[in-house]
Amino acid sequence: MKPEDFSVRYVPVVEPFFTRNGWIALSAFALVTLVLLPGLYVFVPEGNALHVSAYTVTLGGKIMCYAIVAMAMNLIWGYTGILSLGHGVFFALGGYAFGMYLMRQIGREGQYQSDLPDFMVFLDWKKFPWYWTNSDSFLWCAALVILVPALLALVFGFFAFRSRIKGVYFSIITQAMTFAFMLLFFRNDTGFGGNNGFTDFKRVLGFPITAPATRAAIFGITALALIGTIFLARYLIRSKVGRVLTAIRDSESRLMFSGYNPLGYKLFIWTLSAILCGIAGALYVPQVGIINPSEMSPANSIEIAVWVAVGGRGTLIGPLLGAGVVNGAKSFFTQAFPEYWLFFLGLLFILVTLFLPKGIVGAVGLAKWRST
Amino acid sequence: MRLKAALFSVVLMAVLHSTNAAAALDAQTIAKLGAEDAGAKVEAINALVASGDEAALGLLQAVQAGQASVTPAGRVVIVKDDQVLDAATMAPIIPPPEQFEDLVINNRLRSTLDAAVGALKLLSPDRATRLASAQAIESTSQAAVLPLIEKALAKETDPAIKNSLEQTRASLNLKSADPAVRLAAVQTLGETNQARFKTVLQALLEKEPDEKVRAAAQGSIEAIQSRLVLSDYIGRLFTGLSLGSILLLVALGLAITYGLLGVINMAHGEMLMIGAYATYVTQQLFKSYAAAWFDWYLVAAIPVAFVVSGLVGVALERSVIRWLYGRPLETLLATWGISLFLIQLVRQIFGAQNVEVANPSWMSGGIALPNLVLPYNRIVIIGFSMFVLLLMWVILNRTRLGLFVRGVTQNRTMASCVGVPTTRIDLLAFGLGSGIAGLAGVALSQIGNVGPDMGQGYIIDSFMVVVSGGVGQLAGTVYAALGLGVLSKFLEPHIGAVLTKILVLVLIIAFIQKRPQGLFALKGRAVEA
Repeated sequence: MKPEDFSVRYVPVVEPFFTRNGWIALSAFALVTLVLLPGLYVFVPEGNALHVSAYTVTLGGKIMCYAIVAMAMNLIWGYTGILSLGHGVFFALGGYAFGMYLMRQIGREGQYQSDLPDFMVFLDWKKFPWYWTNSDSFLWCAALVILVPALLALVFGFFAFRSRIKGVYFSIITQAMTFAFMLLFFRNDTGFGGNNGFTDFKRVLGFPITAPATRAAIFGITALALIGTIFLARYLIRSKVGRVLTAIRDSESRLMFSGYNPLGYKLFIWTLSAILCGIAGALYVPQVGIINPSEMSPANSIEIAVWVAVGGRGTLIGPLLGAGVVNGAKSFFTQAFPEYWLFFLGLLFILVTLFLPKGIVGAVGLAKWRST
Repeated sequence: MRLKAALFSVVLMAVLHSTNAAAALDAQTIAKLGAEDAGAKVEAINALVASGDEAALGLLQAVQAGQASVTPAGRVVIVKDDQVLDAATMAPIIPPPEQFEDLVINNRLRSTLDAAVGALKLLSPDRATRLASAQAIESTSQAAVLPLIEKALAKETDPAIKNSLEQTRASLNLKSADPAVRLAAVQTLGETNQARFKTVLQALLEKEPDEKVRAAAQGSIEAIQSRLVLSDYIGRLFTGLSLGSILLLVALGLAITYGLLGVINMAHGEMLMIGAYATYVTQQLFKSYAAAWFDWYLVAAIPVAFVVSGLVGVALERSVIRWLYGRPLETLLATWGISLFLIQLVRQIFGAQNVEVANPSWMSGGIALPNLVLPYNRIVIIGFSMFVLLLMWVILNRTRLGLFVRGVTQNRTMASCVGVPTTRIDLLAFGLGSGIAGLAGVALSQIGNVGPDMGQGYIIDSFMVVVSGGVGQLAGTVYAALGLGVLSKFLEPHIGAVLTKILVLVLIIAFIQKRPQGLFALKGRAVEA
């Protein structure tokens, strides 16, 4: 009997990077966030019907940061099938790393007119703890934004994935990590401002932080970061690595029987996802003006998962849509009916998992947006 | 007749006089009390205390109350209820002296007085008064009370008071000039277990000239130290067991649902909260309708909480969780949604504030050990968790339902093939797990706050128990819960609560490197699909 011919390899159909509609939508998004909104905010005087308020810009910037986080979550959960309930930690760590720089930029304009941030004066600290070394350097803090979440993810992920912790076990362990970090950062002697965190920022790179031009610039940078994240995610998903990742999601055992060791792939996507969260956190802090340990609460991390679930995981646009819809709803509810927000959020969790397993994208049937 | 009456009155006078003679105090001492010099007054007070006379107590109390005055002639009198009494006899002086002025009491005098009055109460016939007095003078440094203590010791029969007095005597005797007395004192103190005597002995060690006494003191310090360490360890072990038993109560239900259905119920903490609120409602009902039985509301709350939480669990299984089997991550999110919903619901009904759940009177107080108290409510909870554990064991190993639950946990398909109604078992097991969470809520209501988000605080820790204990066997949960509880409480004094949490998490992660399935994994089961 002739042995089966394995030389014919199955070659998947190569999808275009983006469809035509995709390119159009992306360009439109870039035009709005990079030109239109900042322009209307900075150049159109207040009172004019076309003026965009600072509130809108901040809210928009905030939601774009969340969208980056949702994209990061999508990479690890939507495509690789690993549900992390600890992404809030990476987000907050990025925020804190950049927040240190912003605190140093306050200089002597704090309440106590000291070189040290107010909370350190308040706690009667005489000098900066070692981990604040070089925190007055923008480049060093920018590096920390990436390095700190990456290192934590690498170490945590290595031990978790090595012992093949997966599924709900992994989710629970990441949630415990979040909880532990939150408790740690709530302490005053951790050196990050205790439960008040960092706030009262004055400047970034010498520019006043509340000036419209600075706001508009940070908004634009956030938009660029989001667009970059979308490109990166799309690139990854189409690559060979991306295929292995979806294989991990769909059948890890079969992948292993085929001779792949999933550890490296999981670790790579997990760390990358953490870095993206860190960057989002760093962009979030100057726009919102505060970072405190409540960002690390387990509830916040699990909310990230629901953005992705609502939008549609394993799709490119779903998480972006989800982050926008849920956070838009949150802004609306917490102002209009604050006591019903939790009801709404709870029901959202339940109804989406029960009736919309593929999220809004799946429901609307935008199949062409979906990749793999 | 007159004679008889006169005779009678003489006899009466004689009798009265003889009792009065015991009560009459030394006139010279009393006179000193009226002296200008504060030092003399202190001497007088000390002499009064040393006499151990019951009348001295009355006098000193009167002085303390500011009723004492001095006539220009130096006679001390007590002015009370418009009467002027003689200080020595407490008999009215007739006619009252025309002039007198208040006896001056300065701060030094006042503290001496307080100590003296406290010490004199040692002779009171009432046990509680004597005990309070013995405890009050424990930290005194006034050697003047020594004779009084001796006197009290001679007729004291209560062991607790006797013990306390002996310790006080010993600590006062440390200053004695006689090395033999000091030696005995040092040895007595070595038998106690109080940290303060350790410092006293250490101070003595530095200036003690006698070699023998020093050696004894050294030995006593070590003896106290070892007893202190022991009692510290017992205390930590107890709080650790207490925490462990709470974790066990919370984790038991969680382990069942996780082992059986492979889903982690994030709303488990809210089942607990519902159990605690059921306890609260029961308490309120008892308060309104059965106040006489109020102390037993907790017993009634146990079935109530079990049924309420169990029914909520059954409703959730039917309405949500059933539709998500085979999708554990989605179940996690959906149950989280349920937990948010339930928290907000309870907040709407009962308000966002914590509600007050009282300990029944039989649960307040505790067993006093040297240097620590083991509260009854914690002891009851440890017992209660053992009871629930036993109940679970019986259900799982001795009933048909338990047989089915174990069968489905081990191999769902096979169980289904041999006719186990798996969907029904899922429902019942979920209800059982939730009901047990309700029981945990009853226990928690007795030691913690009862508020809408109380469940959130325990849920992560109990997940850690399930993760490290493994599923499918009670033993894993028990060992993991008690182990984590005791470990946390032994780490906490050294590195603080937060670092303990982090360290425990790190240890768990390190542990599952070795045993990915937890302490007690079921053998021979397909680990993954």
